[in-house]
Amino acid sequence: MIMADSSNGAPGTSVTVATPGRELDEFENPGLPPHRPRLADRDPRAEKRAERQVALLFLISVLGTLLFFAGYFFVPLNETIERLRLQNLMLGLGTAFAMLGIGVGIVHWAKTLMPDHEVTESRHEIRPEKDRRDAEKIVNDILDESGIKRRPLIRNTLLGAALLAPLPAIAIFRDLGPLPGNSLKHTMWDTGVRLTRDPSGTPIRASDVTIGSAFHVIPEGLNEVENKLEEKAKAVVLLMRLDPEELNPSPGRENWGYDGIVAYSKICTHVGCPVALYEQQTHHLLCPCHQSTFDLEQECEVIFGPAARPLPQLPIEVDDEGYLVASSDFQEPVGPSFWERG
Amino acid sequence: MSSSTTTQTYVPKTRVGKVTDYVDSRVGGSGIVKEFGRKIFPDHWTFMFGEVALYTFVILLITGTFLTFFYDPSMAETHYNGSYLPLRGVEMSVAYASSLDISFDVRGGLFMRQLHHWAALLFAASVAVHMLRVFFTGAFRRPREFNWVVGCVLVILSLAAGFTGYSLPDDLLSGNGLRIIDGVMKAIPVVGTYLSFFLFGGEFPGTMIIGRLYVLHILLIPAVILLMIGIHLFMVVLHKHSQFPGPGRTNTNVVGYPVGPVYAAKAGGFFFIVFGILAAIAAAFTINPIWNYGPYDPSPVSAGTQPDWYIGWVDGALRLMPGTLGDNFDFEFMIPFPWGVNALSLNVLVPALVPAAIVFTLMFAWPWIEAWVTKDKREHHLLDRPRNAPARTGVGVAGIVFYCVLWAAASSDLIATHFLVSLNDVTYWLRALVFIGPVLAFMVTRRIALALQRKDREIALHGRETGRIVRLPHGEFIEVHEPVDDYKRYKLVSFDSPEVMVPKPDENGKISLLDKVHGRASRFFFEDRVAPVTPKELEASHNDHHGEIAGAKDRESIASH
Ligand code: HEM
Ligand code: FES
Repeated sequence: MIMADSSNGAPGTSVTVATPGRELDEFENPGLPPHRPRLADRDPRAEKRAERQVALLFLISVLGTLLFFAGYFFVPLNETIERLRLQNLMLGLGTAFAMLGIGVGIVHWAKTLMPDHEVTESRHEIRPEKDRRDAEKIVNDILDESGIKRRPLIRNTLLGAALLAPLPAIAIFRDLGPLPGNSLKHTMWDTGVRLTRDPSGTPIRASDVTIGSAFHVIPEGLNEVENKLEEKAKAVVLLMRLDPEELNPSPGRENWGYDGIVAYSKICTHVGCPVALYEQQTHHLLCPCHQSTFDLEQECEVIFGPAARPLPQLPIEVDDEGYLVASSDFQEPVGPSFWERG
Repeated sequence: MSSSTTTQTYVPKTRVGKVTDYVDSRVGGSGIVKEFGRKIFPDHWTFMFGEVALYTFVILLITGTFLTFFYDPSMAETHYNGSYLPLRGVEMSVAYASSLDISFDVRGGLFMRQLHHWAALLFAASVAVHMLRVFFTGAFRRPREFNWVVGCVLVILSLAAGFTGYSLPDDLLSGNGLRIIDGVMKAIPVVGTYLSFFLFGGEFPGTMIIGRLYVLHILLIPAVILLMIGIHLFMVVLHKHSQFPGPGRTNTNVVGYPVGPVYAAKAGGFFFIVFGILAAIAAAFTINPIWNYGPYDPSPVSAGTQPDWYIGWVDGALRLMPGTLGDNFDFEFMIPFPWGVNALSLNVLVPALVPAAIVFTLMFAWPWIEAWVTKDKREHHLLDRPRNAPARTGVGVAGIVFYCVLWAAASSDLIATHFLVSLNDVTYWLRALVFIGPVLAFMVTRRIALALQRKDREIALHGRETGRIVRLPHGEFIEVHEPVDDYKRYKLVSFDSPEVMVPKPDENGKISLLDKVHGRASRFFFEDRVAPVTPKELEASHNDHHGEIAGAKDRESIASH
């Protein structure tokens, strides 16, 4: 290592590293510029001042730590969020000052008081040829002594064994989860299951559903089942009532609704977010995740966005007591597509 | 060491000396000090981003470990009973309840959560910016290609770390994020449904996912990141840091400050500064107020929410892809097989995989792509100023624009409501911009780089404009130019400026297809170039103060001819 001076740093001294090919008509490297002394190098008063500044910064750090403790011990939390905010602010600012005091202090110290001479060091070849030769010889000796080349029987059986041995480590992950089976094709809905409000679970009468209103619906009994979230993730439904004139049911689906009341799966056919937004005026359903838009008047066809399939419709009817019930399960799998959906 | 047998045994005299000697003679610290104590590190403000990444990772380890003492990764149902009144009695997972407890009932817990989350954002950001620095300055060239690859792996790992962490509180927002992951997974042909069932331990959401993400988040991913950082830094020491060209700096030396004391003090101090700034942000700005979102439930969803910035671009891509075209075409294909019909959802697969595949493939392969174009096999320890590699810089900015358009798409609803425009129009525009934006960005950036190079030439030849107008005796007005000194000029003229390589025919007079493609690529990269000033040109300009310099004109082979 050589302290900087202009004689050092001539260009192109090694053949192993890049030297631009324009040597003849390129500028000579003038070497490091002369060192310019800083104020604190020349003026003892400036030096003293810098010293005091550094110490002051360290003291600010001490104050920061004290601020942290003040917040920690003297701001008791109660049930208001303001107290929490205040404590968080004091802990945070305390830590900030504690850290910044130290950090800025040290950097200031380094910049004003420590030597600022740039130093030159030379690079070395990453792989000198001699090392390569030595290493090659060592590797060959190792291979020779192990005899792996001379004994193909050993080599090949080891290879076979080593290829097979990791397989159990993969197979053992089989129990990460059950196989899908038919579970994605069925929901809790079935003939006669009542439509109930989400989340309370109270049943809904057809007469409760006025034109223009929308209900978030779960199947009756959902709140009692064990795997509630999994069932809910498939079974949630949106219930809306339109003027029957505005619905255009396709053949075979004429009686899937009841007097303008229709129920559609709330799980987006894109990647599964709940389609939670209903625009009364346009009769559009909007998924907030990626803005797929479904048109109620066209049996929830996709009219905009990344979803490719309409929302599945839940066939509904009214039971003897006037409550809305499902006539059957969904006629197709709900939610995002999957390979086996078919 | 062999000499120790011949020299006198060292006897320490002071207390500290004795302790040091006791340890040193057992662990060989002297050798380490000899190797590293005065090692030289070049200094430049852009070298700081890697440091920020390292320091934020340390802060993540510290704050994350604190969080593990209180966080409980269980998806069992519980009724909340903590201090936050609005959620009292609400049914939720233990994981969410414990995250609320950390926020409201553990003193300093909220601060730690905020610090952890802000540090995570800064970590991903600094890793990305660090990578861009390496890209734009050409620091990925030989011999540093493998370290570039390690860096790319670190980028992916930091995304994974962020995403797994984001899901842990099990609030409504993160649950919806998982739901999207589940939906994307299920779109994968043949194995998708199985992957989803294996990841979630059954049907979504199941009761396993949080615990599994937890192990990934606090053990596996940090451990691999740590390993990668180790390899990364080892290679930095091995290669020695690159440096910008300038007076005294060559391809065979390193100019900078010694580790002890200056560099260590600056870098060490900087750790505390990063910590301090993050603490101040965590004190003042709330991030991820999970208590506002409520527990995960598959039914409700809050509109207008975004994922963290490093995941946002994938979400944006999902939004931009149309699911249907016109009335009769949709991107979900029903493929008949002998055993039945299978569904292929290109409307999900394409946006989820293609942009990421393009970005990451280009990222990993770039050092080799560029080396193939330039046929440059030399070692490079001197960096490029971005303007001196106009095509590369253009590609980099095009990549940034591509990313940003996708990221903006993840906020298309917010853009629409904020600027009172139709959501559909925003989406149409962004769809176009994804394709046009990067191309425009490339062209504009390359032009700007060339213009800056020309400005450098001007300054190197004629000096800086002073803004002082002087009238010459014969009446002409000129602006006085202040010549630059040798050191400043050297900075402006010392760079490589590769020229287009024209494919050469072989003995049979044929040019192979590969050579033709290479010729095209070379033209694409280097057709427009501004050559560095040569001493001859400078001399010519000194002899002829006003007016153009013929030599310079010739060398400036600006294309479009
Ligand atoms: C490697 C980089 C890391 C990143 C990018 C990261 C990111 C995140 C993020 C974004 C969150 C959500 C924070 C919230 O708002 O609650 C989180 C939570 C968490 N992280 Fe990390 N993290 C990292 C490393 C670690 C490490 C090393 C640990 C522990 C050893 C850890 C432990 C935790 C815990 C326990 C939580 C849950 C906290 C809660 O729910 O309140 N993290 N992480
Ligand atoms: S999940 Fe509904 S649009 Fe993506």
